[in-house]
Amino acid sequence: MNLPVLSLLGLLPLVGALVTFVLRGHLAKLVGFAFSLATLVLGVVVYIVSRGTDLSEDVVWMRTIGAHWALSSGGLAMVMVLLTVIVVPIVLLAEWKVGDSTDSGRSSTGLFFALALMLESFALLCFMASDVLLFYIFFEATLIPMYFLIGGWGGPRRGPAAMKFLLYSLAGGLVMLFGVIGAGAQGASAGKASFLISDLAAAGIDTGTMGRLMFLAFFIAFAIKAPMVPVHTWLPDTAEQATAGSSTLLVGILDKIGTFGMIRLCLEIFPDSSKWATPVVLVLALVSIIYGALMAITARDLLRLISYTSISHFGFMVLGIFAFTSTSIQGSIFYMLNHGFSTAAMFLVIGFLVKRRGSALVADFGGVQKVAPVLAGTFLVAGLSALSLPGTSSFLGEFMVLAGSWSRHPVYAAIACIGMVLSALYVLLAYQRTMTGPVTDQVATHVTTDLNLREKAVMAPLIALLLVFGFFPKPIISGLDQAVKDTMSAVKMTDPAPAVEGGK
Amino acid sequence: MLQTLAPLQGLLPFEGAITPPKLDYTALAPLIVVFVAACLGVVVEGVLRRRIRDEAQLIVAGLGLIGALVFTVQGWTTGKQGIHAMGSVAIDGPSYFVWGLLLVVGLLVVLMMSERTLNGGAMGFAPMAAAVPGSPIERRAIELKVEHTEIYPLTMFAIFGMMLFASSNDLITMFVALEVFSLPLYLLSGLARRRRLLSQEAALKYFLLGSLSSAFFLYGTALLYGFAGGFELRTIDAAVGAKGPSSLLLLAGLGLVAVGLLFKVGVVPFHSWTPDVYTGAPTPITGFMAIATKAAAVVALLRILYVGLGAMRWEWAPLLAALSVLTMLVGSVIALTQSDMKRLLAYSSIAHAGFLLVPMAAAVTVQTATSGALTSSVGSILFYLSAYGFATLGAFALITMVRKAGGESTSLASWAGVGRRHPVFGACMVLFLLSFAGIPLTGGFMGKLMIFLAGWSGGYAWLVLVAVLMSLVAAFFYLKVVVVMFFREPGEAAEGVTVEKASWLTWVAVVVGVIGTLLLGLWSGPLADLAARMSVFLR
Repeated sequence: MNLPVLSLLGLLPLVGALVTFVLRGHLAKLVGFAFSLATLVLGVVVYIVSRGTDLSEDVVWMRTIGAHWALSSGGLAMVMVLLTVIVVPIVLLAEWKVGDSTDSGRSSTGLFFALALMLESFALLCFMASDVLLFYIFFEATLIPMYFLIGGWGGPRRGPAAMKFLLYSLAGGLVMLFGVIGAGAQGASAGKASFLISDLAAAGIDTGTMGRLMFLAFFIAFAIKAPMVPVHTWLPDTAEQATAGSSTLLVGILDKIGTFGMIRLCLEIFPDSSKWATPVVLVLALVSIIYGALMAITARDLLRLISYTSISHFGFMVLGIFAFTSTSIQGSIFYMLNHGFSTAAMFLVIGFLVKRRGSALVADFGGVQKVAPVLAGTFLVAGLSALSLPGTSSFLGEFMVLAGSWSRHPVYAAIACIGMVLSALYVLLAYQRTMTGPVTDQVATHVTTDLNLREKAVMAPLIALLLVFGFFPKPIISGLDQAVKDTMSAVKMTDPAPAVEGGK
Repeated sequence: MLQTLAPLQGLLPFEGAITPPKLDYTALAPLIVVFVAACLGVVVEGVLRRRIRDEAQLIVAGLGLIGALVFTVQGWTTGKQGIHAMGSVAIDGPSYFVWGLLLVVGLLVVLMMSERTLNGGAMGFAPMAAAVPGSPIERRAIELKVEHTEIYPLTMFAIFGMMLFASSNDLITMFVALEVFSLPLYLLSGLARRRRLLSQEAALKYFLLGSLSSAFFLYGTALLYGFAGGFELRTIDAAVGAKGPSSLLLLAGLGLVAVGLLFKVGVVPFHSWTPDVYTGAPTPITGFMAIATKAAAVVALLRILYVGLGAMRWEWAPLLAALSVLTMLVGSVIALTQSDMKRLLAYSSIAHAGFLLVPMAAAVTVQTATSGALTSSVGSILFYLSAYGFATLGAFALITMVRKAGGESTSLASWAGVGRRHPVFGACMVLFLLSFAGIPLTGGFMGKLMIFLAGWSGGYAWLVLVAVLMSLVAAFFYLKVVVVMFFREPGEAAEGVTVEKASWLTWVAVVVGVIGTLLLGLWSGPLADLAARMSVFLR
């Protein structure tokens, strides 16, 4: 492959961001959106082409320390790329008027778009990186645009929220830096100075206490990112203050780097330590599932509610990854994709609702369904996909995770099923409290319009994707076969004897 | 000199006792050019009229630095390495690297010093240092537009001293060089135009503590001489090899010499001068001290420890590791509570000194690395110094631009909202702060990566862990500045604070800082390779 198409894909939004930074006013918005669409097209093309051909790139970047500019077009990376390129233009469309509110002063929408494109670029490169150092660099680099996205637009206490996000993430990032340095140094002393994931996996650095410490460094960083209980507290605080678009980018894309990293780095480079840590990780995953669901039920703020549901869902993903069956890992990856869409749908529709009402408190709503039926309907569909109703794509992911982990850890899978039940509770209760019942005075005065054309254009593709992948998941799932096989052979695990027919 | 004495040959009592040193002038050209330029500056001071003196001084200093830089590059590329001037000056990779760094920094600092736009046509230095602050004489001096153009030759002497310091191969030359660069710095610290009492206090403190540390260094030198019978590092190394490392004389000498050098690097517990001097000194001089003094002293320390006392590694390495922890801890934690930008950067420079000790303690050299090490201690330190230098230079240049009622406004509270009002200024400052904090895509991150890799390869994984955790604490106070600049509403302290338009003289430092920081972050291969190739000391 002569054309470095993956690099182009990764850098295109960055170019867009720079152009958008320079431009002003309405033009900046249009150009920014155009760049996100171009990235979408290129991303989808790359996804399709990558099914047949290997697009990977590998150029030596810094010879002295063995760093490579290496991007991979593996199945897992490509699914994450697909998610990213689809979600970003939708978010931009949803936040078309983010700079118009009086709070942010000047018309700053162009700046928001530029930061979002910058974030997209870094996230894409992070997902595609097959060099640990390169991965780390973009893992950390995403924090800069995200920090300004949270701190620049949103609720009145967004400054402290952005700071909390940044400090948690930096803490995770620096802990991971310890692991990165260790992996590089240990790999070099084992014979080959290289940061390539494949070289490090082959170097056999996962031995003894040092191997476990390095694994922990990576895992803690990803657990903070994903977020898992007990290092999750930054997410609800952040989502409460950030705009719906920023929260979507954060939970839908950025947090996936956490679960992505667990598969790509923890399992591949530290297979033995991963198995060593499994008991604790699985318990934490279960705690996340149940705790997140319970907190979502009792949440009084809609935005906090969604972030707690995400904590619960990330628990499922981690459970699937660390159950070490091909079905559960495949399900986990598929769930990562669909969680991106379903959480985007939830955040964005609630963003539209909150913008009308001026409050995100559950108690401030009631009877919205009568004044804004389309809005209520999309909320319900998004919610149903969040509770993994059969027919929506999230169901498949969650089912595969449970079916896969059942074959190895039936008790854990059973407990996780409780999480599924609880999810029905939090979604339906939220719907009942906000949408049904008599129209309250406040709702009647504030929620005067239903979704407009732009907002419908935002929700339509998301719901379509949730349904299409719900009924027709094969193209995505079959593309993951090889990636999952590689992961399973990296951890030297085979599926338990009674084969489970979970994945179709 | 000795030639003129030739007719007296046979009459002098010391005939034959002194052999005239054979100097290789081409190899020593960088040192000589800077020294000559400094002396010319003194001549200019005496000969030229006041009106044109400033321009003339700037030209002499600038040409001197550029000339020396050309000779440095030429010397390195033609592979001129060797020990010169009767074993007193070692011209090797680290010398060339740090010379280049010092000359570039020196050039930019000299430009910054001649900035006049920011001060309404005057320099940022005291018009008459001898006048009592606020006295009628001072007012008269301001009216007459008197100024001390001596700052240029003083700076040049300091640069010469630092260059010699970093490359001196025996302890006596090192001591002389130490004094040559310290004395001008004591003076320069006391020359701030505003807040002169603070500046004079800083100069006095710096002088007293600096003299004390020089005394330590000198006493240590004497003890090492007593042990080894010579001043040359090679002699000391040979003596350690012959007599073993357990002599009390040797240990005491090592300790005292190290104290003198650690003082200049700013390592806890010898750091107490740093905050006051950094705050009081004129800002361009602060920037100069923060980079140049540190770079020269670090390389000199490396040279003594690795060349002269390499065999004592097991004695000094644990000590350096302990000091490293202490320095990172004190620097980062105390920086959290600072409310003044210059003081904050002073503590940040202490924290950076702590980070620099990590690879120093690990002592990974290309020779000692048993199996593949990614980077040597010296190479990583040289890289880190450059990355730190670019960001420091730019940050201090930006600090000179934030003004209130004609003077610099360095209190953190007065910076509230300046980033939003001046986006270019804000973006540059954020970049430098991120580089200090070691966030990827900046030179600072690559520097940290290199020194931590070296630390780990040298068997100090635990120290790397501590350093990584301290980086988080450090990141917090850098981010605090970002928050204040962008998200804090301007309060009472920020009234009347503006970012003044500076001339190109200051902006060139900022631009070089930005380019350097980004280049080292994104494309650090060339400099990392260069530092790796330049990392071997001659013995």
